[in-house]
Amino acid sequence: MKKSHKFGIRWGFIIFFTPVFLWLFMLIILPHLELLRMSFIGTDYYGKSGFTLENYGGFFKEPVYWLTYVRTTLYSILVTFIVLIIALPVSFYVTKIVKVKFQGFLMVLLLVPFWVSELIRIYGWIIILRESGVLNYFLTRAHILKQPLEMLYHDATMILGLVYTTMLFMIVPIIGVMESLDDSIIEAALDLGASKLTIWRKIIIPYCMPGIMSGSIIVFMLVLGSYLTPKLMGGKNALWFTEQIYNQIIIYFNWNQGSAFGFLLLFISSLIILAALKITGQKFSQVIR
Amino acid sequence: MVLAFNDSMFPSLPWKGFTLSWFLGKGPDKIGIFHDAINLRSIFNSFRVAIAVTILSTIVGTMAAFLFEQEDFKFKNILYFLMLAPMVIPGVILGISLLMFSTAVGLFFENAFGWNIKMLSPGIWLVVMGQFSFITTIVALFVSARLRKFDRTLEEAAYNLGATRLEVIWFITLKYLRPSIIGGAAVAFLMSFENFNTTLFLVGSDATLPINLYLQVRDGSTPVINAIALLLIITTSTLAVTNLYLGRKNHE
Repeated sequence: MKKSHKFGIRWGFIIFFTPVFLWLFMLIILPHLELLRMSFIGTDYYGKSGFTLENYGGFFKEPVYWLTYVRTTLYSILVTFIVLIIALPVSFYVTKIVKVKFQGFLMVLLLVPFWVSELIRIYGWIIILRESGVLNYFLTRAHILKQPLEMLYHDATMILGLVYTTMLFMIVPIIGVMESLDDSIIEAALDLGASKLTIWRKIIIPYCMPGIMSGSIIVFMLVLGSYLTPKLMGGKNALWFTEQIYNQIIIYFNWNQGSAFGFLLLFISSLIILAALKITGQKFSQVIR
Repeated sequence: MVLAFNDSMFPSLPWKGFTLSWFLGKGPDKIGIFHDAINLRSIFNSFRVAIAVTILSTIVGTMAAFLFEQEDFKFKNILYFLMLAPMVIPGVILGISLLMFSTAVGLFFENAFGWNIKMLSPGIWLVVMGQFSFITTIVALFVSARLRKFDRTLEEAAYNLGATRLEVIWFITLKYLRPSIIGGAAVAFLMSFENFNTTLFLVGSDATLPINLYLQVRDGSTPVINAIALLLIITTSTLAVTNLYLGRKNHE
């Protein structure tokens, strides 16, 4: 940083700093502090409000709440792993195996659905999978199924939907890193007699770790915070934690309970992301690019 | 594989047994969209929100990129961390925290001064704020990626020729950044247009298109949704492909 320009530089700084600070302070810091405050406020029988731990207590006392919480977290981790396992070979294929000519074409194919909204993609799956849907139509036509089968509203369908909607958020960062991996390293390993599994474990995965981590963080967060897919594809009695939050805030109008839930969700997502970063030895500011 | 699926998702519709009637019925339904007041209104709302969010987040996002790439100040790391935070905060949380905060501020103003500020109750403005809060981060990351590659000696040269800092930024750095700013703006527009999670809590009665579509899908779908979906897919893909194409051209 050159400090030689006496005039202007502080002005430049103020002009850049003020809006950014206002944005972060007004829209990120203060709302979350308010969320935290609301989560500790309760109303007693006389309508007086005051500090309470009741909202968090209610969460642990009611099995429905914390079961949903645990379920949501575990499923999010599961989905992230499934996405990762599919994304690695796909990005390897796109970056290393496909001819350069088709690479651009494939990338466009990969990126375009990325922009079509989640809702529409889920709707597409609903059309295909529902009882009167495309798949059932063909299966009954081909006499594989006697009766149309309800394929929607199972946990497996929901996982499928979540994997599908978040896949690209994993593939794109991994491709970004994998592109710079030197082919000759892999070739050298092959020449030295390394098995494919060893190459993946010792060379490709460690090299792609930044991409894998940023993809995993985004996917995990998206899945954990998703509302549409579990709601529209998941079972009727299988709630996602975001639905609990929605119910508390919009339906029961219990904002304090809702804030407590919101904070718990924020807590678990930050905790798991931090843990994942610690385990793999990556830095937050390097991973999010 | 998954992709091929996506491509065939909508062309596959006419194969369906009873979709023939859907398909034939689409003619009147397509006209239906343009006469469907609720859907039309939601599309209009989405456009308003997306345009506002794009303008705001592109300006602030670019400023943030300058701030973090070119300025040095105390607590820079903390602020940078804060700027990245919206990337890892679930959209639902952003939505509810902003809802709580704006309600609290609104209540405060009403109790203290007797002002009833419309902007602070759920509605279009709050949606704009909510989306702005995290889309700005994305624009900022987009622009800083290019700013990082900028050759600072160009700026030095301009300073030596007597330019002020703001002149340098306006005439040189911004010119250099233009592709990434436009790219960032396009991303911001698309993200805003289809945002659901944050919007859900802030929207009030003026539903945006995703919210409106969601309600229709949830309560039983009609071919109108397919028509809208088809239109949306075509529009967003065209936009996305154009953006990618332009991006690639600039890259070369």
